[in-house]
Amino acid sequence: MPAVSKQADSPDPRLARRSFLGMGAALTGGLALGARPGQAEPASASPPADAPWSQSIGAGVVDRPYGRPADTEAGVIRRNVPWLTAGTESSISFSPLQNLHGIITPNGLFFERYHAGRPDVDPDQHRLMIHGLVERPLILTMQDIVRFPSVSRIHFIECPANGGMEWRAAQLNSLQFNHGMISCAEWTGVRLSTLLEEVGVKKEAKWAMVEGADGAHMNRSLPLNKCLDDCLVVYAQNGEALRPEQGYPLRLVVPGWEGNVSIKWLRRIKLGDKPWHSREETSKYTDLLPDGTSRGFTWLIDAKSVITFPCPEKPLSGPGLYEIRGLAWTGNGKVKRVDVSVDGGVNWQTARLHEPVLSKALTKFTLPWRWDGTPALLESRVIDETGYVQPTIAQLRKSRGMNSVYHNNSIQTWQVKPDGSVFDVQLG
Amino acid sequence: MSSSVKRFLLLGAAAMIAATAAGAAETGHFGYGKPASPAEIAGWNIDVRGEDGAGLPPGSGSVNKGADVFSEQCAACHGTFGEGEGRFPKLVGGKGTLKDDRPELTVGSYWPFAPTLWDYINRAMPMPAPHTLSADDVYALTAYILNLNDIVPGEFVADRDSLPKVKMPNRDSFIWTDPRPDTMAKPCMSACANPADVKISSTAEGRDLTPRTTGPLDTMQPK
Repeated sequence: MPAVSKQADSPDPRLARRSFLGMGAALTGGLALGARPGQAEPASASPPADAPWSQSIGAGVVDRPYGRPADTEAGVIRRNVPWLTAGTESSISFSPLQNLHGIITPNGLFFERYHAGRPDVDPDQHRLMIHGLVERPLILTMQDIVRFPSVSRIHFIECPANGGMEWRAAQLNSLQFNHGMISCAEWTGVRLSTLLEEVGVKKEAKWAMVEGADGAHMNRSLPLNKCLDDCLVVYAQNGEALRPEQGYPLRLVVPGWEGNVSIKWLRRIKLGDKPWHSREETSKYTDLLPDGTSRGFTWLIDAKSVITFPCPEKPLSGPGLYEIRGLAWTGNGKVKRVDVSVDGGVNWQTARLHEPVLSKALTKFTLPWRWDGTPALLESRVIDETGYVQPTIAQLRKSRGMNSVYHNNSIQTWQVKPDGSVFDVQLG
Repeated sequence: MSSSVKRFLLLGAAAMIAATAAGAAETGHFGYGKPASPAEIAGWNIDVRGEDGAGLPPGSGSVNKGADVFSEQCAACHGTFGEGEGRFPKLVGGKGTLKDDRPELTVGSYWPFAPTLWDYINRAMPMPAPHTLSADDVYALTAYILNLNDIVPGEFVADRDSLPKVKMPNRDSFIWTDPRPDTMAKPCMSACANPADVKISSTAEGRDLTPRTTGPLDTMQPK
């Protein structure tokens, strides 16, 4: 890898760009990005007062009637790990956290998880049935659902397998692949409690079975008290209709709990007196412990945080002042404090939390850092409003061994080398 | 909720009830949607409860019939004897491996409830055409997979009475209440460790497992 610090000193923007591309190629194993076609290089060494785009007229308003990112952002996309799953239909994609700013994930970059591929549902034909231990079993159309009183809430959704590949050792040199199974959006819909009041809950009801209209008929059991507390049946995400990838036209959002219970393409809610113990909640989303026993119904997402800059995808460009940036979250409610270490956890400083600090939502934190060019081990540690402290991977293994797969909320360590490159490591 | 809002909602509900006099006694507060009829509920109601098989339909299937259905519908992904093809899941084996360094989680080694197997096959399989098998075929497949795992004998016939009685080997190894928080870290701020003890135990550097995160999607091969 070339010395990154040189690019900042270069007086020539063309050289700086080439050096940056060279670095990208080194990071990505020889990927050639090449020059962008149709765009002139600045002619002089200093930035031109008028670039070509300043001396011509641009495209009109509905040239892009929906809109799309700048052409130069084409690489900012969800990505998958091809070797992880048998195919892409029962698989996961990861949000490019290294390219995102703030706490809201754009809809096109929200991570995906399918159990039988993405169905394209006709909203005119879609129905939600609510039945079981209720007074008035009901079938609702999308038009019916939109008529109910609406609420909008900002919440994260995280797959409990986020970071699961790192249970045994540091494996993937990437923020996107180690933490990208989390995204955060503003959800608009109706409270599940409103729908359940409408059908009348019988007093024997203790559980709800929620089921999707995808080919997996994906289903999970949820305790009724969570359903009545803060669950949402939503049809909109970040102000627009849900995208098919996120359950269009209707999905459940179960704030603060593992993502797979937020059933997409929601078609049925059945109340009962016991849990269903479906395949997803017995053989899949359970946690195997070293003594051979397993924990089921571990829905809660424990407090977790990660430094998003610097990270393997976004190295440092030479010594100087930086802002360490990151995200923190907890299924327990609000983030109370985030501490950052640059020496592998020996000493910590408290970072600044950025507003808004919302319950069961991503919270942004920053800390100024003057990097002197020496090796560093960066870590962040969140404390949530219940007082729970994010553990190290060693503490987590001590409690759960190596085979849990899910719910790895351990502290992430980024190793910064003298050339500014950043690597995913674990500390012993 | 403020009292004025409540009044408004009540008025709305009253208007709705007046407008749909026929079903007035049946409607809820808002009155949106339509009552689900018993026939409609029966059509949608596919769930089967793991613990006691509640929801299992009439029908039955033998191990032998299951072998035939399996070779036609399932073997391409799961192997002729449930051993798995490529990276598709194994359905058989792994018994006694749950404490191992590399445990094998299969129907035989891990699943706690037999009716869950019926439910999942019926719900989600075969993967390219989910929920298209007859109840008899699903019973037969369930019997065959249980037999491959030495949980039921070759003459076993699965039906709504026999299936809930099958005791799965790992039945009693689950706890269903979450004991977390199970780590009790203290938020130390300074001199929390001896700097000499801070050592890197593993690194992702040079492992060649990471797809690229710039440019087009990576198509790297299985590892």
